[in-house]
Amino acid sequence: MQKYSVFSLIKNAFSNHQNWEVAWKDPTPKSEYDVVIIGGGGHGLATAYYLAKEHNIRNVAIIEKGWIGGGNVGRNTTIIRSNFMYDANARFNEFGMDLWRNLSQELNFNVMFSPRGIINLAHSDAQMNAYARRGNSMRLNGIDAKLLDRDEVKKLIPMADFSDEVRFPIFGGLMQPSAGTARHDAVAWGYARQADDMGVDIIQHCEVTGFDVVNGKIKGIRTSRGDIKAKKVGLCVAGSTNILAEKLNMTLPIETHVLQACVSEPVKPLLDGVVTFGAGHFYISQSDKGEMVMGGDLDGYNSYAQRGNLPTIQHVLTGGLALFPFLSRLKMLRTWGGIMDMSMDGSPIIDKTHIEGLYLNCGWCYGGFKSTPVSGWTFAHTIAQDQVHELNSELRLNRFSTGHLLDEKGLGTKTWIG
Amino acid sequence: MLYIKCPYCGLRAQKEFSYGGDATVKRPNINEEVSTEDWDNFVYMRKSPRGKHVELWQHIAGCRQWIKVQRDTATHEIFQTAKVTEEIR
Repeated sequence: MQKYSVFSLIKNAFSNHQNWEVAWKDPTPKSEYDVVIIGGGGHGLATAYYLAKEHNIRNVAIIEKGWIGGGNVGRNTTIIRSNFMYDANARFNEFGMDLWRNLSQELNFNVMFSPRGIINLAHSDAQMNAYARRGNSMRLNGIDAKLLDRDEVKKLIPMADFSDEVRFPIFGGLMQPSAGTARHDAVAWGYARQADDMGVDIIQHCEVTGFDVVNGKIKGIRTSRGDIKAKKVGLCVAGSTNILAEKLNMTLPIETHVLQACVSEPVKPLLDGVVTFGAGHFYISQSDKGEMVMGGDLDGYNSYAQRGNLPTIQHVLTGGLALFPFLSRLKMLRTWGGIMDMSMDGSPIIDKTHIEGLYLNCGWCYGGFKSTPVSGWTFAHTIAQDQVHELNSELRLNRFSTGHLLDEKGLGTKTWIG
Repeated sequence: MLYIKCPYCGLRAQKEFSYGGDATVKRPNINEEVSTEDWDNFVYMRKSPRGKHVELWQHIAGCRQWIKVQRDTATHEIFQTAKVTEEIR
C-alpha cells in the first residue's frame, strides 16, 4: 500500500493527483468468510481492522447497506471524551483515549484528533457538587478532571453570557482537558483503508435480508447480493439494530430514535474546546473550518427517519442563545439527523448472544463516535476469542435482567428523555 | 412539525404533546407470580419497529389526557389517533 506522507503528496502533485491508488477496493462477495461484520460504519470498520491486526483473522467481510461512513460516523458532532463516573464506562473509554492518541500514526491517515478539552457547565451549587463527585470518580480512574470556578470558566469562554440578568448563571464547570474532537470521516476512511490492505473485503450497497441459523448456531447471512456463509457474524448496525434483531427473532433493550445536529456558517476562531450547557439541551464546539457545530437532544419519539423536525432544533438553539448570545447573528448552514440505538440504561452492549457465533455491538445511544476505536478493539477480541474482554465484561446483554445496570445519567427506561 | 389529532381537542401541534413510548407494552398482572423474564420483557425489551408503531402521547399543554397514536416511524406519517381506552387496529 502506498504510504501517505508529504513526499507522496508532492510526488502525486506532478501528475495532477491522477495516479493515487484507490484507498479500498470494491470486491464481489465471496461465498464464505471466517467472520462477517454487518455494518460499515466506524465501529464495524474498526472491528474488522482489529480482527486482522490484533487477531490475524483476515478472511473477513464488512457488509454495508449503503456506503461506508454514510451513517452515524458521518453524522455525529465528533466529540471524544472519557468523563464518565462509573468504573466500567470510565475504564472502557479511557482505554479508547489511548487508542485515539496514536490513531493517526497507526492508520497513516490524519484523523485530526485535537484534544482541546471539554467543559460541562454547572448552573447551581447542587450541580457543582455533582460535578465534584464525578470529577473525583474520574481521577480515581486515572482520567484528568478539573473543577473550574466561575472566574476560571470566564477566562476560557469569555463570550458566554456572564451578565447578572441571565436565568441560569454559570457557577463553574467540570473540565476534561484531554477530551477533544477528531475528523469523523477520516476515522472511517482510515480504518477502511488499513483493513482493506490486510485483506478485509469491504462490500458496499449490499443489504442483509436474513440469517441462516441452524440448531442455535449461525451458518451465514442472506443478502441482496446473494447468500454468504460465515463461521461468525458480528452486528455493528447502530440505528438498524432492532430491524436485524427482528429477523433473528430477538427482542433487545433498545429503542431507535432520531437525533439532530446543526452547523452555522464558518466564522473566525473563537471557541477552543467543547462546551455543554448544564441547564438545557445544548452543546457546542467549533470545527477547524470555523463552523459552530451544535447539538442537543433527541426529537423524542421512536424514529428511523434520518431527519428530524424543527421544534427540536428551535428548542436546542434557545438553550444555545441563553448561553452564547452571539449565536443570534450567525446564519445556520445546515441541519441533519441520524438514528440512535438508545439502550435502556444509556450504556452500550458488546457481547455474545444466545446464538452461537453471533455477536452484538449496539446500544451506543448518542455517544458512539468517541468509542469507535475501543469498541472495535473489544468487539474484535470478543469475536476472535469467543469471550468478552475485561474492558467490556460489564457491557453485557444480561445486565438488564440481573439488575447490573450502567445508568450513567440515571434516567430510567424512558430513552427519549434527555 | 408533527400535527396530532387529539381525540378530545382536535388537531394540535406536536409542541403541545409529550411522548409516552410504545403503547403495546403490557404490564404483568398484579397479584400473580411474575417471572424475572416477564419483568425484563415489560421493563426493558422493546420491538421498536420500522413502520407502523402504536404509541402513547400526553396532551400535556392541552386537555392533559393520554392518547394513543399510530404513526410511521420511517416517514413520521400519523394514521390514526384514539383515546387510551380504545383499540387501534
